[in-house]
Amino acid sequence: MTDEPLLRVRSISKFYGNRIGCSDISFDLYPGEVLAVVGESGSGKTTLLNCLSTRLLPTSGSVSYRMRDGLFHDLYRMSEAERRFLMRTDWGFVHQNPSDGLRMTVSAGANVGERLMAVGQRHYGDIRATATDWLGRVEISADRIDDQPRAFSGGMRQRLQIARNLVTGPRLVFMDEPTGGLDVSVQARLLDLLRGLVHELGLSAIVVTHDLAVARLLSHRMIVMKDGHVVESGLTDRVLDDPQAPYTQLLVSSILQV
Amino acid sequence: MNAHAEAIAQYNFAYLDEQTKRMIRRAILKAIAIPGYQVPFASREMPMPYGWGTGGVQVTASVIGPQDVLKVIDQGADDTTNAVSIRAFFQKVAQVSVTTHTGEATIIQTRHRIPEEPLKEGQVLVYQVPIPEPLRFLEPRETETRKMHALEEYGLMHVKLYEDIAQHGHIATTFAYPVKVEGRYVMDPSPTPKFDNPKMHMSKALQLFGAGREKRIYAIPPYTHVESLDFDDHPFEVQRFEEPCALCGAHGVYLDEVVLDDRGGRMFVCSDTDHCEERRAEGHRGHLSGEEAAT
Repeated sequence: MTDEPLLRVRSISKFYGNRIGCSDISFDLYPGEVLAVVGESGSGKTTLLNCLSTRLLPTSGSVSYRMRDGLFHDLYRMSEAERRFLMRTDWGFVHQNPSDGLRMTVSAGANVGERLMAVGQRHYGDIRATATDWLGRVEISADRIDDQPRAFSGGMRQRLQIARNLVTGPRLVFMDEPTGGLDVSVQARLLDLLRGLVHELGLSAIVVTHDLAVARLLSHRMIVMKDGHVVESGLTDRVLDDPQAPYTQLLVSSILQV
Repeated sequence: MNAHAEAIAQYNFAYLDEQTKRMIRRAILKAIAIPGYQVPFASREMPMPYGWGTGGVQVTASVIGPQDVLKVIDQGADDTTNAVSIRAFFQKVAQVSVTTHTGEATIIQTRHRIPEEPLKEGQVLVYQVPIPEPLRFLEPRETETRKMHALEEYGLMHVKLYEDIAQHGHIATTFAYPVKVEGRYVMDPSPTPKFDNPKMHMSKALQLFGAGREKRIYAIPPYTHVESLDFDDHPFEVQRFEEPCALCGAHGVYLDEVVLDDRGGRMFVCSDTDHCEERRAEGHRGHLSGEEAAT
């Protein structure tokens, strides 16, 4: 593991007219690290995530990413072709709603295989073997490989989306509320799976969530956002066990106790 | 007065006005310069409904000259409605001579077939194209498909072929089979059977594609590489027929199935009528031709 960060974020701001999306956000993300971005809805979490993943152009600031050659590249200075190539090879993006991240009308196997074919794999047998392997790793049985995601449950769709993203061995994965809308037992298994995969593959991840339990389980570090600003950041356990900012204290104390 | 009225009643040569032809010729030149790239053009209303070859007719009208000899085929046949009416149209508005013989034609407008007889240098093959975008049914957004062409993101095309193999055990696409032109653009060869795909490769004739409703023109210049997409372990194959043409006995040509009665009787005949007639004139006979083979 190197001491150099994978992603360097400097003073990212995004304004929608006069309204603030997110303002002056800086941090570094290191290889193998999982960063959680928490906050209530409307706090700018998703805006920030979209800016980082180049799905949205920020008003100001810069994001640089350390490519496999070890050099930092400014994401917004890259050509669109390079950016899109990065997005389907070295990166993953897990949407809250699986139907945004999956092709609902093609089979599960093709969903997983699409990225492989996009980077030039032309051997059907190999693609299918890789797809089968990945379905197994996300606990989808191999006999569902030719079914369309429409026939899958919510939890299965989300797992399929994860497999589709991880198949090219990305180094950085963005997740937008990966467990949103799932019931708790499915959520628990998905989190377990994600934790295993992140650990096994040495992924870096930025996870946006409003669920502090998800943040605690998955992330090493977290940043807390409110009204587009970062109110607190630090190691996850420290922030959750000893919140400093008044808003974080409120957030932590709002967790329902069962 | 009479002379004046007559002058007004006349069409410009080949129906389209000269400015329109210039515009379409520019699009054609651009299309030839970038093989396989879909060039937008200001498609005109033609005196025929969309889907009947308005794109092909506009391309033909823009390249045709008084010396040209025109052949029009529809699914390989010279005598079907679409072919007959387009041929009559150009006889009327361009006074060109027409033919049904592939070898004699300088311009061949086609709907969904490439003639069996190999094309020569100097010939132009004009295709009528309903949907020019090969990615259309995989990605409905035009903005996105254009971007995918620009960035050469063609992984999705293989997703379709993957689905075919997953569902049917082989690539089940039999027509409009996607091709890659000169190693760059993925192109829809219009709904020709994939049987004809190999004929596009290194063709000596210029191939022009016109889509009137979709307002796109694209082209394959002569001697251009045209490669049908496939997988390493599922290579591209053309259709094979078990029996020869029932009329002329030809092997290795594309056949149409003709139902003869309501008791399952059927015959397979050449889809290229001109090819079949020429072979029969040469004395070839199939088993249903009703005549004995010559000599």
